Amino acid sequence: MYCLMSSWPSMSSSSSCFLGQTHFDSRTPNACLPTKDSWICKYVATPATETTAHTTKVSRNANIAKLQAGYLFPEIARRRSAHMLKYPEAQVISLGIGDTTEPIPEVITSGMAKKAHALSTLEGYSGYGAEQGEKQLRAAIALTYYGDLSIEESDIFVSDGAKSDISRLQVMFGSNVTMAVQDPSYPAYVDSSVILGQTGQFQKDVEKYRNIEYMKCNPENGFFPDLSTVSRTDIIFFCSPNNPTGNAATREQLTRLVQFAKDNGSILVYDSAYAMYISDDSPRSIFEIPGAKEVAIEVSSFSKYAGFTGVRLGWTVVPKELRYSDGFPVAKDFNRIVCTTFNGASNISQAGGMACLSPEGLEAMHKVVGFYKENTNRIMETFTSLGFSVYGGQNAPYVWVRFPGQSSWDVFSEILEKTHVVTTPGSGFGPAGDGFIRVSAFGHRGNVLEACKRFKQLWQ
Amino acid sequence: MLIPRIYLALQNGRVGHGTKVPRNINMERLRNGYLFSEICRRELEHTQKYPHAKLIKLGIGDTTEPIPDIITSAMAEHAHALSTIRGYRGYGAEQGNMELRNAIAQTFYRDMGIKANEVFVSDGAQCDISRIQMLLGSNVTVAVQDPSFPAYMDSSVIIGQSGNFKDETGKYENILYMNCGPESNFFPDLSNTPRTDIIFLCSPNNPTGHAASRQQLEQLVEFAKANGSIIIHDSAYAAYITDESPRSIFEIPGGREVAIEISSFSKFAGFTGVRLGWTVVPEELLYSNGFPVIKDYNRIVCTCFNGASSIAQAGGLACLSSDGYLAMNAVLDYYKENAKIIIDTFTSLGLKVYGGKNAPYMWVHFPGLRSWDVFNEILEKTHIITVPGTGFGPGGEGYIRVSAFGHRESVIEASRRLKNLLK
Repeated sequence: MYCLMSSWPSMSSSSSCFLGQTHFDSRTPNACLPTKDSWICKYVATPATETTAHTTKVSRNANIAKLQAGYLFPEIARRRSAHMLKYPEAQVISLGIGDTTEPIPEVITSGMAKKAHALSTLEGYSGYGAEQGEKQLRAAIALTYYGDLSIEESDIFVSDGAKSDISRLQVMFGSNVTMAVQDPSYPAYVDSSVILGQTGQFQKDVEKYRNIEYMKCNPENGFFPDLSTVSRTDIIFFCSPNNPTGNAATREQLTRLVQFAKDNGSILVYDSAYAMYISDDSPRSIFEIPGAKEVAIEVSSFSKYAGFTGVRLGWTVVPKELRYSDGFPVAKDFNRIVCTTFNGASNISQAGGMACLSPEGLEAMHKVVGFYKENTNRIMETFTSLGFSVYGGQNAPYVWVRFPGQSSWDVFSEILEKTHVVTTPGSGFGPAGDGFIRVSAFGHRGNVLEACKRFKQLWQ
Repeated sequence: MLIPRIYLALQNGRVGHGTKVPRNINMERLRNGYLFSEICRRELEHTQKYPHAKLIKLGIGDTTEPIPDIITSAMAEHAHALSTIRGYRGYGAEQGNMELRNAIAQTFYRDMGIKANEVFVSDGAQCDISRIQMLLGSNVTVAVQDPSFPAYMDSSVIIGQSGNFKDETGKYENILYMNCGPESNFFPDLSNTPRTDIIFLCSPNNPTGHAASRQQLEQLVEFAKANGSIIIHDSAYAAYITDESPRSIFEIPGGREVAIEISSFSKFAGFTGVRLGWTVVPEELLYSNGFPVIKDYNRIVCTCFNGASSIAQAGGLACLSSDGYLAMNAVLDYYKENAKIIIDTFTSLGLKVYGGKNAPYMWVHFPGLRSWDVFNEILEKTHIITVPGTGFGPGGEGYIRVSAFGHRESVIEASRRLKNLLK
């Protein structure tokens, strides 16, 4: 875990106000100063000439310097660790980071163990796999999730997960595109955009990066952006079912979104990582919407379906019909990215993926997803019974609870301090997330029930 | 050159909706497919043309021998454990599991002052190269060896460091190519090398097989220090070294202040499909403003990546146990023996062969001939896949890279066919 450091010499508007007050050896990065944003550690580097340390003459990437703090989830983890140190006897319950907790069904792990053993045999050994993924896995994904949507095996790119794919897509798009995100949204879209140089500086007063179009999603607009107020951007990131709000867009809404993208000549990057959690007839894939193949890329993952958060497996769909302004097929460039900046998902993980998509595997995954959905129900009931406005939960493993007029980091801290339950503050997902807390539904049933009990004790 | 959209659309037989999103100009700058994808394609074509020929693959450096049991059992055991309450693990630390980071530091960097927290476990060197490019951004200047592993160059183009390709020179205008040929003992002539921010150096080298000497690396570190540059040292083949050549840039005093080192379990443990590697970013490595590079690399890893597969990491740990390490060395010896056979074959034919002693690659000189022509002829007449030297840069012209990975019988058979062809 690390602390934010202001750049030297400091030019940005976000520069620390204690420049010049205290000097720290640039090699003692753990020195932290308290700030009014209590969760951000800032410290100051001395100019290198004051120490004997060699500095290179390589300039720090100005884009990375724009990032305001650490990535959200390591910060949550850091807070959790600090809390556990402070209260060593407390039974801390984690409903923060969306980390799966239940064991992976045996049919799936056996598939992986079998592949591991096979790698020790002459007939079973395999070296480099196709960077796009094993043919049979690509075919199984196409069949299982896109069966009647005319997405073919060759449109599927298997990966080590959605987070990596998001960055690979950004590398492919380059710095000269504009992008829109939902507000609030999964932080990797914004952060990868900053890193790739698509954005301007962070504006502290509004808590937004220049050049990003933030599409507000709140209870007032049914968690779907008012597209009439959204400026055109090249790329639109859209996650449904949504992390963090839990909202699943309706067919009608997605039809309007696809039309909007079509009218504007934009590319929609649609994150469907939570589609299996849908309980109603909300679309599970953007490609259920006619015309989507000409405007959308879809990103998905085995993480929350099969408990593969540590195993690492996902996929991205880039339809052949999707083209840049000069007519060049986007899939060709994505293929080049995948062949050059990646070397395929682990063959053992892919064997796991095949087992997931067998009939027995699918049934087993549904059971585990069902377990987490039951957790979600308990959490929703609890907050509702306490009189809170509660959103999400029905179609996603996240519950979005409103705390009107309060800073979400303050609420996060209070909940942690008083109930030893880790959640995630809404503002970590964007300025429109402030006033909300995200409670994730991954956890052993006992822990989830205990957390609910503690919430009742705190707020009854 | 931008092709008018309507022309392309017609060419593809459809006039459908095209977005208004401009194609990334950096992607346009890439010359062809990635080299090894191109080799794959040629291989496929050849097998279609000669369905009965027994193709021998000494092209892509893909490992062929089974992974020792002790390692795969550990991976299988971890997989099974994921089905138990006690053994289930979700997200791991993006930087890698601490036990493995420790084991890597202890095994490869003992006495070099590299600590576990400076080791970032990954899904392999190819991915790390691109993550390092994302770290560095488009505003740095880059030097690569010529010839070199294409991922350094291609990732540089993709991230926007390279400028345009010049047909006249066969080079990207903003990349510095450091010629490495027999005249310069396969090491850049640093006295004639302008300053760049970043220097990619692979040793033992892919494709030439040359392992830089201690003296050469000392010169390089001195050069980087004097110029304020950062060396990206690719040591993926260090396990193949048979002499006293350094296995890590951090064996060189001062290396920690000027270098990042990438490495991989691929060629070391047969993990080409399993996917596991690591990058070392020393805390002493600082940008011009004093900011530690490791902090930004950590941010990249936390934002653009989600850790190497926990199962692969369990395998990595088993590789570094004393029994695992011994088992792996036996496989390395097998490939080294292959290399000897190939060196002897070409030498007996009167050809000059470089490399092969400290790396699983032989770099064979065919003076006056074009490498793609030699590649084609060898493929056509002996059904052996190699890699043409120009695939690694203009400095590779006149050379063929032959890899030492393969079953012994295939290597022996290849040797026989080559002797027949080239006698």
